[in-house]
Amino acid sequence: MSSTFAIILTGILVAAACASLGCFLILRRMAMLADAISHAILPGLVAGYFIAQGPSLLAGFFGAALAGLITVGLVELLKNTQRVGGESAIGIVFPAMFALGTFLVSKYYADVHLDADAVLYGNIEFVGFDHWYLGETDLGPQSLWIMGCLCLINLIFISVFYKELKLATFDAGLAATLGFSPILIHYGLMAVVSITTVGAFTAVGAILVVALMIVPAATAYLLTDRLPWMIGLAIAAGAIAAVAGFGLAFMLNGSVAGAIATVTGVEFGLALLFSSKQGLVARAQRLARQRIQFAADTLLVHLLQHEGSPDAAHESTIDHLQSELQWNNKFAQRVLDLAQRRSLVRCQGQQLELTTSGRERSQQVLQLGRG
Amino acid sequence: MNASAKPLAIHDLTVAYQDKPVLWDIDLSVPTGVLAAIVGPNGAGKSTLIKATLGLMPVAAGTVEMFGQPYAKARRMVGYVPQRSSVDWDFPTNALDVVLMGTYGQLGWIKRPSKADREWALHCLEQLAMADFAQRQISQLSGGQQQRVFLARALAQRAQLYLMDEPFVGVDAVTERAIISLLQQLRSDGKTVICVHHDLDSAPEYFDWVALLNVRMIAAGPMKTIWTPENISQTYGGRTQSLIRGAA
Amino acid sequence: MSILDLFRDYTLRNVALGAMVLGIVSGILGCFAVLRRQGLLGDALSHAALPGIAIAYLLTGSKAPIVLLLGAGIAGWVGTLVINRIVRDTRISEDSALGIVLSVFFGVGILLLTYIAKRNDANQAGLDRFLFGQAATLVATDVLTMSILGGLALGCLVLLYKEFKLLAFDPAFAASLGFPPNRLGILLTSLIVVAIVIGLQTVGVVLMAAMLVGPAVAARQWTHRLSVMLVLSGVFGASAGIAGTMLSLGQQHVPTGPMIILSLTAIVTISLLFAPARGLVWAKIRQNHSLNNEPRNREIQPAKGE
Repeated sequence: MSSTFAIILTGILVAAACASLGCFLILRRMAMLADAISHAILPGLVAGYFIAQGPSLLAGFFGAALAGLITVGLVELLKNTQRVGGESAIGIVFPAMFALGTFLVSKYYADVHLDADAVLYGNIEFVGFDHWYLGETDLGPQSLWIMGCLCLINLIFISVFYKELKLATFDAGLAATLGFSPILIHYGLMAVVSITTVGAFTAVGAILVVALMIVPAATAYLLTDRLPWMIGLAIAAGAIAAVAGFGLAFMLNGSVAGAIATVTGVEFGLALLFSSKQGLVARAQRLARQRIQFAADTLLVHLLQHEGSPDAAHESTIDHLQSELQWNNKFAQRVLDLAQRRSLVRCQGQQLELTTSGRERSQQVLQLGRG
Repeated sequence: MNASAKPLAIHDLTVAYQDKPVLWDIDLSVPTGVLAAIVGPNGAGKSTLIKATLGLMPVAAGTVEMFGQPYAKARRMVGYVPQRSSVDWDFPTNALDVVLMGTYGQLGWIKRPSKADREWALHCLEQLAMADFAQRQISQLSGGQQQRVFLARALAQRAQLYLMDEPFVGVDAVTERAIISLLQQLRSDGKTVICVHHDLDSAPEYFDWVALLNVRMIAAGPMKTIWTPENISQTYGGRTQSLIRGAA
Repeated sequence: MSILDLFRDYTLRNVALGAMVLGIVSGILGCFAVLRRQGLLGDALSHAALPGIAIAYLLTGSKAPIVLLLGAGIAGWVGTLVINRIVRDTRISEDSALGIVLSVFFGVGILLLTYIAKRNDANQAGLDRFLFGQAATLVATDVLTMSILGGLALGCLVLLYKEFKLLAFDPAFAASLGFPPNRLGILLTSLIVVAIVIGLQTVGVVLMAAMLVGPAVAARQWTHRLSVMLVLSGVFGASAGIAGTMLSLGQQHVPTGPMIILSLTAIVTISLLFAPARGLVWAKIRQNHSLNNEPRNREIQPAKGE
């Protein structure tokens, strides 16, 4: 297997493992908690290194997962004291954990390859080098196996607990009454996030794990309303970013991880602008359309309110609309055109009056607004 | 100040919240020296009306004038009491400090409150029988006491027109009496008060003027003429006949 | 290592002074971030500042701190606007928007820094010190730059103290008085960006969040007055800065940034547990005490959670 292929495949697996979890993090508003975990696992890794007396995969995973859960627990604890807001609690706990990790690394392992910047932005470029062997047989790059397993674990976790996750995400109260403990699901999810972070950080680094968890999921959230689609789209967006990111890094001769994160950002930017429902462009168009429609309704309701009252004659002149509703000439004309085209309003010289369908429409509008 | 102008004159006001209309074509003109209630069911847009009046929400169409001027020019004649739940009461400050915020509008940018302003703020607290709590941290006040602090802050604004968002919600009997006597005092001083109010039973007792609102203005005018079973049931969609005891 | 060394040793004095200035500025400005429930905004913005440093270098070829920090400030400010836009115009939550800006901007920063590093251009060395901060490399001109920037930000805060206080407590009331909360909010965030820019050289992007949040949270426990909280927060920040400097420079291999944060964490922990009125230890003792006695009718009821 060529090392380029191994790098790209690892990138895709990291993206899939992260993006699928990310959907739940986005929906549960825990993006920053994931960020906190990604930093806070450092002391856990060091502890694992210390206990195993050297680099050990299992000890590292265990220590990191534990550190992740401790972080989540400490944040909850601080929040529950009512002395600290939730976001401040995160802002206190993870820097403390990261600082502790950095301190331990630099004090006791200054000579070991466990330096903090590798934790931050990883070295996916090297995934081709560390191979696993079974006897004489080359099983392929180690990272590929790790990420493959993690990807599988996450997909199994999501499909087995899909119903529970969905329920706990959208209605924690209901989940609790049905007997699914939201706390258990919360910590379960956080544990999976922690081990995924550990697995992925050797490849892409802590912060870019966060990019792959949050950004493709947020991109998908802008594109669809259905959870299964959201998960699928998030994985696809992450995988595309992995491939395109590799290309970009190759072109610029820069960090692969940084390039992947950059591409996820580009994807998000495109979705933000051009998503057919949530996008800013579509939103601006919709608002402009609604503004005219809404103004026409306002006109109808205005005429209805004053119909038959003594000031009706005065209130329903075209000039009056411009002065009282604060519409400029051109806008008022467009609104009037729309209303007349749909035969909601009749024009008698300067006076406007509702047609039968206009009256029905305005009454309907008031009823709708009430509900 | 234009003496003949109405304290509040709203004309054809339409307000939309995130593309959705919540108030349609509101006409409302409140005369000087009344205690007015804005009454209507949940979701009728009562608080929205107050907020739009104060420019806190964008207005889709229509005009709002206070004392014959747009709000930006009439600010100093208007006092505002937001809903008590709209702020974090764990904020590090005491009751007197909150009341002192009422003077900020008159002070303008950068200038700090003077000793005279502090005395005035203390005086406003006294009006609500809260002088003893001036130095107390606001999270250590009861709900009713917090509400009285908010009213004292509005009083400190030295306004002619007061807009209050649900001042009676969740307060104890002592506070309720204190608010009522304050309202009456304000009326006898010739000020105008407009309150969002949700309790149909007490509305005709506390207020002498009413605006019945449900997305559009159903009826507005002196309590005596407007507070009829027909108007009320029209406002509440005929669902709450049993609630209406005070209706004439 | 003794306090006296701080005055004798030139390097040590610069580092300690720099850490102190950072502690004061971020401690005071952080109070407003914490009170407005924007504790993590600083984290997002400090990460967002990284590409600004790289772009400033690419455009000017200069490594002068003021040029790089200007780039960092502009990038942080752009990050603020992007976060605001996402939160205002889409259904994505503020929490996610912070995470998106943080990770994407940081990724772009890493990409550009590695690109610069591999261009074989000898001049680039040292850009990556902003990642973790290298307080030990602070020289007198750095400290002067930090002091001037911080002084300007604090001056602005003193001038608009009344307005910022009102904004933090009751933005709707502020708006009704004619103080525009949106613009005041952006101004306040810009001041926080200044604090971040100051901190990048000392503690780095990752630990900056704690410099804004920690002192404020600790100070809040000791007082019920905003003015006292601001002063205390500045004092706590400065103490953590000096303590961290002394702890790290006394021994080999121990970086200053993490030691500052660990000192700060100790201050926060002590404050949460033992501060006179709000300390958790006293609350626990009071709770046990009142459980042992008959429940009394209390005139004042705390209004928590309403």
